[in-house]
Amino acid sequence: MIAAGCRFFAGYPMTPFTEVLEEMAKKLPAVGGVCMNAESELEAIGMAWGAAATGTPAATGSTGQGLSLMQESLAEITMARLPLVVLNMARAQGDYWQATRGGGHGDYRHLVLAPVDVAEAVELVGRAFELAAAWRNPVVVLGDYYLAHTARAVDVPLPDQAPRPANDWALTGESGGSGHAKLVSFLGSEKQRDGVGYDLAVHYAACAEHTADMLRDVPAEAESGFVDDADVVVVAFGTPGSYVRAAIRSLRAEGVRVGWVRPVTLVPFPVDVISAAARRAKAVAVYENNAGQMLDDVRLAVLGDAPVEFIGGLSLDASGFGIAPDLDVSVLRERILGVVERHA
Amino acid sequence: MNDRSPVEFVPTDAAPREAARLVDDFTPALVDVGAHHLCPGCGEPIAVRSLVEAIDELALAQRTIAVFGIGCYTAFSNNLDVEVLQALHGRAPSVATGVKRSLPDTVVVTVQGDGDMVSEGLQEVLHAAARGENITCVMLNNGVFGETGGHMTATTVLGQRTKTSLDGRDPAAHGRPILLADLVARLDGAAYVARCAVNSAGELARTHRVLRRALDTQLSKAGFSFVEILTMCPTGWFIETSDAPRYLADNLGTVHRAGVLKDVRADAEAPSS
Repeated sequence: MIAAGCRFFAGYPMTPFTEVLEEMAKKLPAVGGVCMNAESELEAIGMAWGAAATGTPAATGSTGQGLSLMQESLAEITMARLPLVVLNMARAQGDYWQATRGGGHGDYRHLVLAPVDVAEAVELVGRAFELAAAWRNPVVVLGDYYLAHTARAVDVPLPDQAPRPANDWALTGESGGSGHAKLVSFLGSEKQRDGVGYDLAVHYAACAEHTADMLRDVPAEAESGFVDDADVVVVAFGTPGSYVRAAIRSLRAEGVRVGWVRPVTLVPFPVDVISAAARRAKAVAVYENNAGQMLDDVRLAVLGDAPVEFIGGLSLDASGFGIAPDLDVSVLRERILGVVERHA
Repeated sequence: MNDRSPVEFVPTDAAPREAARLVDDFTPALVDVGAHHLCPGCGEPIAVRSLVEAIDELALAQRTIAVFGIGCYTAFSNNLDVEVLQALHGRAPSVATGVKRSLPDTVVVTVQGDGDMVSEGLQEVLHAAARGENITCVMLNNGVFGETGGHMTATTVLGQRTKTSLDGRDPAAHGRPILLADLVARLDGAAYVARCAVNSAGELARTHRVLRRALDTQLSKAGFSFVEILTMCPTGWFIETSDAPRYLADNLGTVHRAGVLKDVRADAEAPSS
């Protein structure tokens, strides 16, 4: 986070997000940054909003429940065209819809990145800050319990020295009295100068156009393996993606023609990779630790070219934190073999 | 400091035509527009104008960021010549905190109504005050949700009729009003707390002095400063426009009493007895 340029962080403790807040409290002040232990998630997102409006690279986060509280602000921060990085250290994977659709109101979208492990998380957090700055739009990094509670030694790349986009819009306090004082508002950035207020129709249309440009121009990314001649392609994201990868590799070693696709960007969703794999396959399977959420996006990508089966399931441990009993390579092998047999 | 004074309505002797001329000749500082579309008799434009004039007089226009909440006064958030950050209903103090912590040399002022600050966002202002956040929060208190058309807020006084307290606010059914300035003054992080009004020339002059003192408190880095301004809302009170200043004095003003409730800098300077 800090290597990626983050200089303002606000959060409210909540498992399994807490460790992120702890580390930021420990390390951010040393580089001249600010870390706030906010009094609630509502205040955490508010503080991050204020910092972002000054052009300070800012981030906040929580787990899904805490992010539910933040959704109203997240919707409006997006309409105010502010860059912000939002971490969801989720319990299991039940927040896919919250992250990719957004739980707030209005026509907005967030970019969503889903790292598979600590090394990729470092890379994607860096990219999240770049994308947020480039598109002036919140970017969500969707992790999970395993990612949040895994410690690994990784290479942290040096901060990118490439110039960041100019922050002409950022508030400094200095433009007052000039006749052109800056305004950062989710209701519109154009001053009306007629005493009436804002032209919401113009602003909302501009935001919709910007969102469409962003979703078209930001490249979707996925990791895949053995899809060229796979009879069954399994789609999974985040930590479960690494379990699916291991299960597929062991089945391939036995000559079973299966492959996998792991979306790295959930928004934009890697439609092309999945639809190309589906056209060559007899069936597509989806594994996720929820009741079937990404399943919808996979069906939309496949568009009827192959049957789509759900082989995931809820995380049923008592804590609800995401220690899914079926997140086990031998269990996954059996489920994938079941799909192969049904579509032989 | 004990500067408590009742909110009195003092009618002006000036003929209406003379008063109009005086207003017309006066170009407001740091306001982009000469007219607004709020209701006749509304107190909010008077309060906002007093605030931006105080900013101008203290030569703070080029270092101020105002954070606006949501209410009728939001119509001014894109009509001022000071930098404005629009916040959500209830959330201005945390947003202002993020601004101030990022740019400590700026002067950060929030503008919220009573529905915004006391009903929706009470914990935000209390935590900001408790933190001693070096910002100035201004609350425009008219005792109703004016923008939605006159509904009960957390500051509506007992007996006041609103669209959601049809026979008057009844403590058994609706509870009692929160006197926010009194509450904020009890928090150690609050350095300056005052309540004032805009229902007469005299009260407006006092409001102006209070706003300047609050901004000066922020400049001195003494801690959180808070100004509650009682404003007229004849539309939301369902009364004649011309009756609103006196209605304010007789109703809101007798419960939410004007005065300087706390000024730690003045207390520190005062000779010990």
